[in-house]
Amino acid sequence: MEQTHPMVEVTNLKKYFKTKRGMLHAVDGVSFTIRKGETLGLVGESGCGKSTLGRVMIRLLDATGGEVKFWDEDILTYSPRKMKDMRRKVQIVFQDPYSSLNPRLSVSELIAEPLLVNRVYSSAAERNRKIAELMDTVGLARRLMNAYPHELDGGRRQRIGIARSLALSPEFIVLDEPVSALDVCIQAQILNLLNSLQKQFGYTYVFISHNLSVVKHVSDRIAVMYLGKIVELSDYKSLFVEPLHPYTQALLSAIPLPKFGKKRDRIILEGDVPSPIEPPEGCRFQGRCPYRQDVCKEKTPELRELEPGRFVACHFARALVPAPRK
Amino acid sequence: MAPLLQIKNLRTEFVTQDGIVHAVNGVSFDLGEGETLGVVGESGCGKSVSMLSLMRLIPQPPGRITEGEVLFQGQDLLHVSEEAIRRVRGNKIAMIFQDPMTSLNPVITVDKQIAEMVLLHNDVTEQQALERAEEMLELVGIKRERAKDYPHQFSGGMKQRVVIAIALACNPTLLIADEPTTALDVTIQAQVLELMHELRRKINTSLIMITHDLGIVAEMCDKVAIMYAGKVVEYAPTEALFTHPGHPYTEGLFNSIPDLDSDEEELKVIQGLMPDPTNLPSGCTFHPRCPYAVEACSKDVPPMVEIEPGHFVACPVRGKPYLHLGK
Repeated sequence: MEQTHPMVEVTNLKKYFKTKRGMLHAVDGVSFTIRKGETLGLVGESGCGKSTLGRVMIRLLDATGGEVKFWDEDILTYSPRKMKDMRRKVQIVFQDPYSSLNPRLSVSELIAEPLLVNRVYSSAAERNRKIAELMDTVGLARRLMNAYPHELDGGRRQRIGIARSLALSPEFIVLDEPVSALDVCIQAQILNLLNSLQKQFGYTYVFISHNLSVVKHVSDRIAVMYLGKIVELSDYKSLFVEPLHPYTQALLSAIPLPKFGKKRDRIILEGDVPSPIEPPEGCRFQGRCPYRQDVCKEKTPELRELEPGRFVACHFARALVPAPRK
Repeated sequence: MAPLLQIKNLRTEFVTQDGIVHAVNGVSFDLGEGETLGVVGESGCGKSVSMLSLMRLIPQPPGRITEGEVLFQGQDLLHVSEEAIRRVRGNKIAMIFQDPMTSLNPVITVDKQIAEMVLLHNDVTEQQALERAEEMLELVGIKRERAKDYPHQFSGGMKQRVVIAIALACNPTLLIADEPTTALDVTIQAQVLELMHELRRKINTSLIMITHDLGIVAEMCDKVAIMYAGKVVEYAPTEALFTHPGHPYTEGLFNSIPDLDSDEEELKVIQGLMPDPTNLPSGCTFHPRCPYAVEACSKDVPPMVEIEPGHFVACPVRGKPYLHLGK
């Protein structure tokens, strides 16, 4: 069933950082919605602002401007007290399970932390029951309760990170590159876990990653970011079958496929991603775009709905930019 | 004709407080002139250590090469003098490391870093070496004007190009690239892979590419060696490996990668974890995680069996000649 009312509504969200050389536009006016129970994938290359966006959305960083509405309430205007309650509903899992866990806390202490901070249980017995239950949920053997992070491999550590984020029964979880530090086999185990948790508890995910095949595997819809802006947003199928933005096309064509003799026409982009400090007016991608016209330098393309559910920020999508050949 | 490089039963171990780590456990493979071999495996499978062993770059102690032969152009690199191996390193066999950010010296301009390699192995003046450095920069797609720049003035992809220029400066016969694009973004990775393709056509060096990305292997390599717990478990021409993998571990690797062309709900994962290298399982080291394991797997170390010309599999259960071609 199509829900008419989105759970999360992000409008013109901005996050600038002050640097010596000027304002760094990490997130520069992005708008999108997330429905309850879906996974929105956020992809892009290093420095495109995807992690910053994930953090600003749940107020781990203060936004420079814009709105983030959860069920119609703008959480950016919440008082600290109100925000503290809100934090129980929004959680984040970080990329690096090696540095995001306190090395001096045992597994049970790490999982207990969010429960203690929020005074969820009054008795230790109840709390321990919950910890054991969480360990079962994420597939950590109970005998590891008193182990320390350094004794565990990356996959198990990431399971601790996930257990911590689930401890307060959140509605919404930002997964910031949760499998990037893991080997493919362990990565597959964690992806399956996240999938089954979502089915079981109906979580809403934002899944941030630079790995397109991983994002495609988990997401319902995908937003592609380039230099602080969303350039394309679409359901995962259309995005992969028929990418509309020239950057998405290049990005998809750059993935080496693990199949023999299946080479696609690769679009090799010129140059590197330009600096996000004081970016000039116009399309952020125009310097590397094979289809650029004069107008691309002058006018910033808005993210517009080209077809129902398919958004693209390109003046010439479908007009000049040819559909990719598979 | 003898192959360019022949590795026979190479074993490297490290002595640690927790016991002896068997990092490389009898690795054997050949590499012909002009060929590209992909070495694939997860972290800790011994792929990097086996390459460092063949260059004799293992710190000793704690490491030691206990067994094996590395025949390079007929010469056993494990038993030549320190001076002789130094003439090979960087000159005939060059290496590209994973992280371009840390493999360059931050306080020396890039042209000097390339010239250093040229001066070390050739009888040239400094001026000639610097001239060669500029040529190399141009070859890898960096303008001559940038020769006097420092590494921090380059982006990640450009730094990796500099590292490639250093590696190729002496026209090596063999290039070993250890995860050369892992630290790079996918569009930059595409640029660097394209460059390596092009350079190989021009220079015709042999290449060993260490990677965990089967996509890169499909694109770049003629042959593949799949490593698990310090051993090569499958060794095959790329086409054979991708169309009919023989070893259960190879199969598991393929199943772990989300497929871009289909919509699988759940990934078929390999159960369990990599074994502890100080305490490897008996028999086939993969047997505790293997869905096809039979009793004999925990007892006998499976030999490499040639199931079709050039396709070797170390699994007596699945690695039967043409067993699952019909799949």
